[in-house]
Amino acid sequence: MIKVVRGFYAVAYAVKLCKPDVICAYPITPQTEIVENLAEMYANGELERCSYITAESEFEAASILVGASATGARTFTATCSQGLILMAEVLLNAAGMRLPILIVNTNRALSAPLSIWNDLQDSLLLRDAGIIQMYVENNQEVHELIPQAYKIAEKVMFPFMICMDGFKLTHAYEPIDLLDQEFVDSFLPEYDPPIKLTTKNPLTFGSYAPPHCYMEFRYRMHNDMLKAKKVMEDVFKEWAEIRRDWGGLVEYKEGKTVLISMGSLVEIVKDVAEELNLGYLKIRAFRPFPYDEIRRILGDCENVIIFDRAISVGYEGVITIDVKNALYGCSPDVYSFIVGLGGRDVPKDLIVRCVEKVLDRKVKPGYYFEGLKEFEEVIY
Amino acid sequence: MRISLGAVSRPLESLKFKTGDWATRIPNVDEDKCIGCGECSMYCPEGCIELVRIDIKKVARVDYDYCKGCGICNYVCPAEAISIVEKVIK
Repeated sequence: MIKVVRGFYAVAYAVKLCKPDVICAYPITPQTEIVENLAEMYANGELERCSYITAESEFEAASILVGASATGARTFTATCSQGLILMAEVLLNAAGMRLPILIVNTNRALSAPLSIWNDLQDSLLLRDAGIIQMYVENNQEVHELIPQAYKIAEKVMFPFMICMDGFKLTHAYEPIDLLDQEFVDSFLPEYDPPIKLTTKNPLTFGSYAPPHCYMEFRYRMHNDMLKAKKVMEDVFKEWAEIRRDWGGLVEYKEGKTVLISMGSLVEIVKDVAEELNLGYLKIRAFRPFPYDEIRRILGDCENVIIFDRAISVGYEGVITIDVKNALYGCSPDVYSFIVGLGGRDVPKDLIVRCVEKVLDRKVKPGYYFEGLKEFEEVIY
Repeated sequence: MRISLGAVSRPLESLKFKTGDWATRIPNVDEDKCIGCGECSMYCPEGCIELVRIDIKKVARVDYDYCKGCGICNYVCPAEAISIVEKVIK
């Protein structure tokens, strides 16, 4: 059934079809309407056997879900930006406790200065947390990714964060081919964790690990995250057979010059690549990182151009750091353009201008801020 | 070594950890001086001093598996029966 809906609804409707047991969230722009939609469905009695709990902060919302998930409940929350980093302490615990909580993060810039607009700084800050991170290009993709995310997370037992661009996707009306209940029911099995907390079986999750065993826990976690790649690929393949092919950990077109991006920016980057007859690479899964795919696809090309919407202050673009690391020992020149921070518009001609600079050899390999205005530094 | 998913453990597994190995100094109870009042047992933050009956009197006994050597028992003992000594690791 195709309906014109906003990104919020595309998320909320897919979550509803997955029959979560506990939903808990705290409002934050540009996420709020996702949980508002779910609250409305809950109030209308459309969410059977689900508890919708209002929290007094993101920290509390995540904490409630840790408890709920440990009892074997399917859980959902949505947040972004300051809310996500307030949740961070709890989410790292959830990762270590191996609780498959689904988080939809509507990417928004971080303070200060205060900004509610879109870039990828917030979720990329949590790249080392042990949380699976996937970035979506449009609302159809996020809608279809939610059942897949539950299936993957509940198999590999890691929290799963779906990152969608705030405003650019969340507030956009698009015709969405909505999934139906029967389809999701046949695709997504009931969540039945190998270990769960009950009153008859008291357990400690994430217990104290002194130096003689902490390292082994982290090593197991890292290995399990690497193994999750195979599970993800399998689920994506299964989805491709029954519904639509969204690619694997990455989606790409080969070329001598390859443009790389994540999130909704990929749509423009693909257009530019098409027009200029270049390759493109859309990084869908950022953690676990598609190291082998990137080496295979980019290893022999001439130029790699990365459009980064997050910067590691004092170094360079965050995606660039990881891509360059994957390319260690390979030959391509890597050019990184930091664009669109704090919701700065990234029009198509900006992308074209960046690509032309590289193709005309006007810039050397390195990183550049594009779309900056002239400014004067003053005290106040 | 068993590394569980999510560092999950069952109740009482932590008893394996003899946390008293932190201690570098430990209390020594002089049982002749001890009047069995239980003050040290009440104040012990680790709950690892108990009164035991020896013949007709009660005396304080320290569980060195969990004693961290904080010295509070020495400080509160009204009979000055508890001294703090260097721990000898055998």
